[in-house]
Amino acid sequence: MGLGNDLLGAKTDAGLGRSRSIWDVLHLDPILLFLIVTLVGGGLFVLYSGADRNIDVVKAQGIRLAVAFGVMLVFAQLDPAVFRRWSPWLYALGLAGLVAVLLVGVGAKGAQRWLAIPGLPRFQPSELMKLVVPMMAAWYLSRYFLPPTLGRVMVGLFIVLLPMFLIVQQPDLGTSLLVGAAGIFVVFFAGMSWKLIAAFFGAVSVSAPLMWFFVMREYQKQRVLTLLDPQSDPLGAGWNIIQSKTAIGSGGMDGKGWLQGTQSHLEFLPESHTDFIVAVLAEEFGFVGMMLLMAVYFLIILRCLYIAVSAQDSYARLLAGALTMTFFIYIFVNVGMVSGLLPVVGVPLPLISYGGTSGVTLMAAFGVLMSIHTHRRMITA
Amino acid sequence: MAWGEFKDTAAERRLFQRRALVMLLFVVLLMTGLLARMYQLQVVEHDVYNTLSDKNRVQVQSVPPPRGLVYDRNGELMAENRPVFSLTIVPERAAPIDETLARLGGIIEIAEEDLERFRKRLNEPRRPFQEIPLFYDLGEADIATMAVHRHEFPGVEVTAELVRYYPHSDLTAHALGFVGRINREELNRIDPVNYAGTNYIGKSGIERFYEEVLHGRVGYQHVETNARGRILRVLERENPVPGADLELHLDLRLQRKAHELLEGRRGAVVAIEPATGGILALASVPGFDANKFVTGISVADYRALSESNDKPLFNRALRGQYPPASTIKPMMAVAALDSGVTTRDRKIWDPGYFQLREGGRRYRDWKRSGHGWVDLKHAMAQSCDVYFYDVAADMGVDIMHQYLSAFGFGEDATLDVSGALNGLLPSDGWKRAMRNQPWYPGDSVNMGIGQGFFLATPLQLATATALIANRGEWVEPRLLKDIRGERSAADFLPAETHTPLILKDPENWEYVVDTMEEVMHGARGTARRAASGASYRMAGKTGTAQVFSLGKDQEYDAEEIKERLRDHALFVGFAPADDPKIAVAIIVENGGGGSSVAAPVARGLFDAWLEEFPAAEASQMLGQVAPNGSEH
Repeated sequence: MGLGNDLLGAKTDAGLGRSRSIWDVLHLDPILLFLIVTLVGGGLFVLYSGADRNIDVVKAQGIRLAVAFGVMLVFAQLDPAVFRRWSPWLYALGLAGLVAVLLVGVGAKGAQRWLAIPGLPRFQPSELMKLVVPMMAAWYLSRYFLPPTLGRVMVGLFIVLLPMFLIVQQPDLGTSLLVGAAGIFVVFFAGMSWKLIAAFFGAVSVSAPLMWFFVMREYQKQRVLTLLDPQSDPLGAGWNIIQSKTAIGSGGMDGKGWLQGTQSHLEFLPESHTDFIVAVLAEEFGFVGMMLLMAVYFLIILRCLYIAVSAQDSYARLLAGALTMTFFIYIFVNVGMVSGLLPVVGVPLPLISYGGTSGVTLMAAFGVLMSIHTHRRMITA
Repeated sequence: MAWGEFKDTAAERRLFQRRALVMLLFVVLLMTGLLARMYQLQVVEHDVYNTLSDKNRVQVQSVPPPRGLVYDRNGELMAENRPVFSLTIVPERAAPIDETLARLGGIIEIAEEDLERFRKRLNEPRRPFQEIPLFYDLGEADIATMAVHRHEFPGVEVTAELVRYYPHSDLTAHALGFVGRINREELNRIDPVNYAGTNYIGKSGIERFYEEVLHGRVGYQHVETNARGRILRVLERENPVPGADLELHLDLRLQRKAHELLEGRRGAVVAIEPATGGILALASVPGFDANKFVTGISVADYRALSESNDKPLFNRALRGQYPPASTIKPMMAVAALDSGVTTRDRKIWDPGYFQLREGGRRYRDWKRSGHGWVDLKHAMAQSCDVYFYDVAADMGVDIMHQYLSAFGFGEDATLDVSGALNGLLPSDGWKRAMRNQPWYPGDSVNMGIGQGFFLATPLQLATATALIANRGEWVEPRLLKDIRGERSAADFLPAETHTPLILKDPENWEYVVDTMEEVMHGARGTARRAASGASYRMAGKTGTAQVFSLGKDQEYDAEEIKERLRDHALFVGFAPADDPKIAVAIIVENGGGGSSVAAPVARGLFDAWLEEFPAAEASQMLGQVAPNGSEH
């Protein structure tokens, strides 16, 4: 418990003999809640600018976030034991959904991502898998002693790779990456040996060329090529990267000021209110703004890791740790892609980019974390 | 726990804590990496990206100068600029493009060739959100249609540009020429900076000759644009220098008069003000509407114009090369007197034909019975051919060539008339070079009455006539009278190259003018009917040029053959005889006799210029002065 206590304090720990606070009743973690509200509130301001002062976009996003908040609240009420019990069934349901998407899914632009079941709202099973895959991996690995044996690590990896493979087929590289990350972090937290990790990275570096030639679609290859040399196609695929780097770089130390970003407001920056919104923030609030954003994200991660560390059983720990790291992967991949470090994959900036689905999943994950933190029983030593 | 295996929960907790610490370091490392990247972009390379951002935002656009206007000598507008509307599409905003085109085709008519050109440009590399023109010169109905349906067609815009318009094009097409879209060849010739943003260039006539003056100087503006290229505001502007407005010597009224007088015929009129060399009228009938050529003429229209038997596109005034026939006799008279082969008093016997030697070929006079004893004055008045056969044979080709050259035949003697042809002033050397034959004395005889190899354009005939009116003083014909603004016409007119034609006895000028007056006013003058009742004295000479027979395999209907085989009617002259204000050359193709057809045209022009117009101006002045007090 040495980690985090000194940094963030443990004043919300619900101990026996202390009167139950309002937070205990609501099963919410006030520190995490405060950080999320700060992030979301600031994000709406950036969104207003990124959407070129379209207040309707901000309102729609506000409604989505409110729904997501509701989802978080519901998840927070459930006992982690419930998640654990449901894990295999949800996983099976998720796999069935992914297969169904490939068979009868709907979508656009050459990708099938949605499942339209009459009577239900359209949804993406792959989005669900961001939660379910770490749950399943945590369920499986936490049944046995940790660290897991080699065989169980392999089973755990299989649990992760199967849905990843199905999602890549849609094709949806970004989501598959996040689902995979979520699952693999579970295996890592469970104690997968460092030798295996080294071997895993070795295998990845070998399989990358194979992926290039046999798995990756043409548009994905194009994205990678464009990343390596955006100038090679300045009017086509490279346009996005050149414009977003220009937006970020021209922001300078203090930025151009809120609503003053020329790159975004003059429509040079594509996707300025969705995947590329961080470029708007960087352009208008400069390096100072980026440091603030990163600080808020870092505090959220820190708090979540603290929640994970202080969780009471392995299932909860593994799940909380993996969800936290998935949240970080969102941030890293999005900012890395917008700043030209990583290829352009469709990963939004968590809780700031416009768009509903990922927001709901993220808030659900925070709900799980809060559930884990607020359902601890002071029974073990 | 319930899982059936022994779990060391404390060890697992410690394991997780270690792993979480590793992950925290991982997060700190990568986040530092991201911030380092941001620092690199935002602080280290800030200047580079700031420049890029400004370059994105701020564009330097060329502002094409408005083309200079062209006025006639009375300030009547002959060439102006009017806004023309074209339809452009931004493909990114008009997607799906095929559906948009199909729906557009449903409300306005789009030609197949426009569609083809559009699709070609669609596939060429270009900036995102760059607009592509679909077609030019929308009619008013189409503009109205597009305005109504605009909301249904995102990305489809109607844009305006200034395009040349000739309000009196049927009258002025041959005199002014016209502009058209810059073609590939011209693109290599022009200054790409000055023509950035300019789509049209002078193709012929004044428009071509004074292209540089009319075009003006390109301007620039720094504009802030969005990614779609839409201008949001102008940050800085250097205005273009508009093209200079030209004022020509041309008189639209006289031009119109010429067209009226030649109505229904084919022919040409050139009128020159002798004192200034200013071209008052330059008419080739029938004319055509040059406006069609500006934005691009349709294939059907072009075929109709180019295949018409009346050849409306043919500029007869500058490029029609005709045998001058008897209209050359005044110049021949000057040559004969000055070279000494004849005198004012010398008379010769005209039996109705001329022979170079006894028993040789007979060169017939137009009057079969002959004119009897004739001196130069009678020979001119009655257009006696034999007299001129005689002096031509005596002069020989070299002397005739020398004098006719001095009159401006065989060259383009104009200063600023674009596209004028040289005609053909034959010489001994020419015939040897071109025909590989020596010059025969008989060739000289034919040349003496303006037949044979000799060809001249109406413009050349008018030039030579003006030289007689000026008594040998050369003033090269020109169209440009003045340039509005600070510059003057002299800055742009080419240098004058001709020296005066000085006769050994200057009195011979007056004598030749007298003989030309005799043509008009003499009791037996060939054009006496055309001159009857005039309040002023005029000098002139009629001509009738034989038309060569048609080729045997050319097919014409019978009516047309008869008409097309008739002689060309010609006339040259000036008035008033002692103080010439106007010199003219007229040709009426297949008109018949010069005296009956061409001379009355000249009379009409003289009357208009010397009486009608001044009278109209006077009455207008009176009308204006009374209420306004003054008119500058």
